[in-house]
Amino acid sequence: MMKKFLTLALAAVLAVSALAGCSSRQKGGTVSTDGSTSMEEVIGVLGEAFQGKYSGMTFTYNPTGSGSGIQAAKEGRCDIGLSSRSLKEEEKADGLTETVLANDGIAVIVNPKNEVGDLDVETIAKIYTGEITNWSELGGSDAEIVVIGREAGSGTRDGFESITGTEDACKYRQELTSTGDVITTVSQNPDAIGYASLAAVSDQVKALAVGGVSPSEETVKDGSYVIQRPFVLVTKDGTKLSDAAQKFFDFVTSDEAAPFISQAGAVPVK
Amino acid sequence: MKKQTAFENLIHGIFLVLGLITVGCVLLITLYLVVAGIPAIRKIGLRDFLFNPKWASTASEPSYGILPFILTSVYGTAGAILIGVPIGFLTSVYLAKLAPAKIRTAVSGAVSLLAGIPSVVYGLVGMMVLVPGIRGLFHIPDGASLFAAIIVLAIMILPSIINVSITALEAVPKEYEDASLALGATPVETYFKVSVPAAKSGIAAAVVLGVGRAIGEAMAVMMVSGNAPNLPELFGSVRFLTTAVASEMSYSGGLQRQALFSIALVLFLFIMLINAALNFFLKRSKE
Repeated sequence: MMKKFLTLALAAVLAVSALAGCSSRQKGGTVSTDGSTSMEEVIGVLGEAFQGKYSGMTFTYNPTGSGSGIQAAKEGRCDIGLSSRSLKEEEKADGLTETVLANDGIAVIVNPKNEVGDLDVETIAKIYTGEITNWSELGGSDAEIVVIGREAGSGTRDGFESITGTEDACKYRQELTSTGDVITTVSQNPDAIGYASLAAVSDQVKALAVGGVSPSEETVKDGSYVIQRPFVLVTKDGTKLSDAAQKFFDFVTSDEAAPFISQAGAVPVK
Repeated sequence: MKKQTAFENLIHGIFLVLGLITVGCVLLITLYLVVAGIPAIRKIGLRDFLFNPKWASTASEPSYGILPFILTSVYGTAGAILIGVPIGFLTSVYLAKLAPAKIRTAVSGAVSLLAGIPSVVYGLVGMMVLVPGIRGLFHIPDGASLFAAIIVLAIMILPSIINVSITALEAVPKEYEDASLALGATPVETYFKVSVPAAKSGIAAAVVLGVGRAIGEAMAVMMVSGNAPNLPELFGSVRFLTTAVASEMSYSGGLQRQALFSIALVLFLFIMLINAALNFFLKRSKE
């Protein structure tokens, strides 16, 4: 008898919850984004916040890389493409529009024991291509420079190499697979130099000033810190976004989204 | 009676299905690796793929040569065996034949614990302790190197070598040893001239198992070896077959991704070879 009652009660609960599920789905919609892997954290936080604000909305993110994201936006395979570089002229000519969502600084980091504190972009490029191999050439101690980088395909590596003009020319001593690994390794080796997203840099390492400008949220925002890249939303001209996608677009470009962008470590445009 | 037979058949059927699941998994993985791994080898060319010493998968003119990874995996595994086997073998002789019961329990416990430590922990300790240690000890700019990976691998393969060797040594009939002792040989002479030769197939199996473990390890070596795709040097930054797949997989696309599957296929063939050797030795030790 008791068992039967329990079964009934359980069935009732299930039925109600199923109904509840239906009712919330009615006002929902799907927003699909596709592109840059470097934007994973920013877009993830924004997606969660968006879903928190509008219940029943489904948000998807497909981490394929900036190039594929732009392509997907062009072919209409996603609502919004994500790119961690500005659109090229020919891409704009193809009818794509960019909206800068945020900026991301890439900090060049050394061990706190290192005396060198300021380098310019050309010198950094020379270090990474193996033209300068000893810290003494830069006013530091007489020790070989240990060049640390990220693995092929990483967004941070792609961003760093394209800004410093060292694509395919870097001579890495170590290629590590995460920002955390780079920071740990640099903090362990007094002769190491590495790069990492500004947001992830901690006291364990020293972020170099580049051309006299220390990296910070302000210097990234006003553009004086040069090793930075934009996070861009890519949409197609003349194609109206779906209601859900438009809501998402408005939300992430509003002031309301700025704290979430900062939380994810990027610098909001507003 | 009839009912009972039906029930028996049913149980047999269930067991058969469960057994087939394992076989199915192996077949599925093999098939998938072959299907996914062949296209890139075709495009790149088998010779270029295996013997080109340059790997630059995302360069504007990409080059997909995995010779550095193959050599690194071979050297790394050989180095680990060179260090790990003498330690593991002598430990197992000590534990199986010489050690007092109390010490045996304590050491066996430690060995099992060593086997249970996740590989990422080995990597982390290696990264925080071993790599800076090698850097200071040998006065080189960076400690992340083939040497660091060899040390980590040598420690990681100890438990498999010790456990399998102990089993082999304990399986030696006591009469052999008794006869040797009765003829006037000392215990140590007996162990090394009678017990060890009698158990040699089992010990060989232990070594092969160690090779298999070392060549397949990815996480721990990724954290201590530096991962630059150079031809192997003892104190240089190197990339193994396993870490080549693991480090680039997450952001890869197109031919690069296909080539990673081809690397996995090469690794798989290596491991098949090692397994065949293992089976050979185990069969011999039974006979």
